Amino acid sequence: MQKQDIIKSFKDSLFTGLIALALFGPIVGLRTASKGEGLFITPQWGVVFLLVGLCILGRFLININSARRTEFKIFSTLSSKFSSITEDKAKHFAITGILFAVVFPFLPFTDRYFMDVAIMILTYIMLGWGLNIVVGLAGLLDLGYVAFYAVGAYSYALIATTFGWSFWICLPLAGLFAAFFGILLGFPVLRLRGDYLAIVTLGFGEIIRIILINWYEVTNGPDGITGIPRPSFFGLPFKRSPDEGEMSFHTFFGLEYSTMHRIIFLYYLILVLALITNYFTLKIRKLPVGRAWEALREDEIACKSLGVNPTNTKLTAFAIGAMFGGFAGSFFATRQAFISPESFTFIESAIIVAIVVLGGMGSQTGVVLASIFLIGITEIFRDLEQYRMIAFGGAMVLIMVFKPKGILANRKPTILMHGDKK
Amino acid sequence: MLKISNVETFYGKIQALRGVDIDVNDGEIVSLIGSNGAGKSTLLMTISGVNKARNGNITFNGERIENRDPHKIVDLGICQVPEGRRIFSRLTVEENLRLGAYTNELGKHFETDIKEVYDLFPVLSDRKTQRGGTLSGGEQQMLAIGRALMSKPKVLLLDEPSLGIAPKLVNQIFASIKNINRDKNVTIFLVEQNAKKALELADRAYVLVNGKVTIMGSGQDLLKNKDIQAAYLEGGTKN
Repeated sequence: MQKQDIIKSFKDSLFTGLIALALFGPIVGLRTASKGEGLFITPQWGVVFLLVGLCILGRFLININSARRTEFKIFSTLSSKFSSITEDKAKHFAITGILFAVVFPFLPFTDRYFMDVAIMILTYIMLGWGLNIVVGLAGLLDLGYVAFYAVGAYSYALIATTFGWSFWICLPLAGLFAAFFGILLGFPVLRLRGDYLAIVTLGFGEIIRIILINWYEVTNGPDGITGIPRPSFFGLPFKRSPDEGEMSFHTFFGLEYSTMHRIIFLYYLILVLALITNYFTLKIRKLPVGRAWEALREDEIACKSLGVNPTNTKLTAFAIGAMFGGFAGSFFATRQAFISPESFTFIESAIIVAIVVLGGMGSQTGVVLASIFLIGITEIFRDLEQYRMIAFGGAMVLIMVFKPKGILANRKPTILMHGDKK
Repeated sequence: MLKISNVETFYGKIQALRGVDIDVNDGEIVSLIGSNGAGKSTLLMTISGVNKARNGNITFNGERIENRDPHKIVDLGICQVPEGRRIFSRLTVEENLRLGAYTNELGKHFETDIKEVYDLFPVLSDRKTQRGGTLSGGEQQMLAIGRALMSKPKVLLLDEPSLGIAPKLVNQIFASIKNINRDKNVTIFLVEQNAKKALELADRAYVLVNGKVTIMGSGQDLLKNKDIQAAYLEGGTKN
């Protein structure tokens, strides 16, 4: 390494430190504490200098690392580990992943907490796969995906509480409603692309949330909907003491009653729903409409000149993506038994988009890795309370530094024909 | 076969085409030459229905098409190879071709159609699993033409197939355009800045200046025309 390189990277790190100081100074350095009557400012300069020092050091290491990758083993091995994940290996990963997911509830260390986290990760994986159709394949940046999640959840909750229909009837209905809303959003944004599309979808997500808050007669406003029926195991409810003449899950199978039964059932339910989403996406990619989505992402004018109807293509992408969002929403509603507009804020959309983008646009396995990484890390640091969002942010920064195009950036071809194995 | 009469196209308030009249007969190769900004690409986009004509009409085998959607026009058998090739760079060569067959009854005769394209451009066959973006400019142009052929067009609209391509490959591409016209009986409407090549290839040709056709005639006549020689053929060296 040249001497001037070191000096240059050192200067650059000092500049980074300056930015860090400007940021952390007011945010961390000045802490307001209420004592008696008023608010007093307690400075915390020690913490600030520690953070600034860390930023300078980190930046310096990254600089040196990008100048000569071999010198700092930590970074280069880490980044090569990431880049060695190709789609070929991803296939093995997928199979082991599914097997692991199937046996997961019965592993010795699996407890209630692990199951809850796993269910949450799977929900995000399903949402990520659903959004991947819109963002990853069709290339339509949708920042309001949570709206369909909300529509699915509320449709399920309202139908189930009003008519008392079972989960298995409400689920497809909720999906249909969400798909309908997908088309509803799709129509006005057909002519928009890129930033403009993102803004309108962002607005759509907020509109749905605000309607949910204000349409008190139907949605019960900010109070939300309570007492949403739990799913039953093909008609067998998960109850400790079933009603007279009714079988419940544990009496039917002659098991000791345990709350874990329902959790495990919910786990498998979301696992199956997520895998259906994945299977559907993998199949549709090989059909003309799926290929048209990807072509539309690449070049809309070329699509028009080849006779692809962009209107229908975009609307199907919106509708199908929304439908899976709706399915995930129904699952959310039945799992929580209570929903309110608070669960469907913009941050949810942002997390789902982050999962798709960080996973590598259009990559199914990437979505899984990104969900585990982002949601898992945030969960591990849950004990740190307000600092856990730092972990979330840090995870995003790490992926962007080492894999700027997403964890799995390679697109898998949909056709390999004529016995070619190249 | 394709009849363009008095077509006027606007971009907002700016008029790009000022009453264009062009006839393309069955089986012909017709070239349209003109400088930058003359409106050549606009005319092709208007025929394809991507831009809409404000006045005038376009008929294809007697049917009015100026108000149809682009995908309906492709269904009728008019397919465009757009300027700058616009291949789908992240998709493989074969996927690109498959998309060309999108309207062609969803690729019913895909196997035979694709074989014809591979026979015409053998290099594409060697590269069928490669991503479109990894091909050279000339190969991308072949892919773009092949992709358009997959829709089994009756008329092929070509927009600047020589743009940014090595001279040797340009010759090869023009030769294959001739082949497509002669062997596959596809009518060709070619828009080019490379006037010499375009006129040599054409049965008939038109010159477009500022959105209006100024000169028309057979390709050979136009090659000998003094004005054209000055403006388009040797203009760069002699003026």
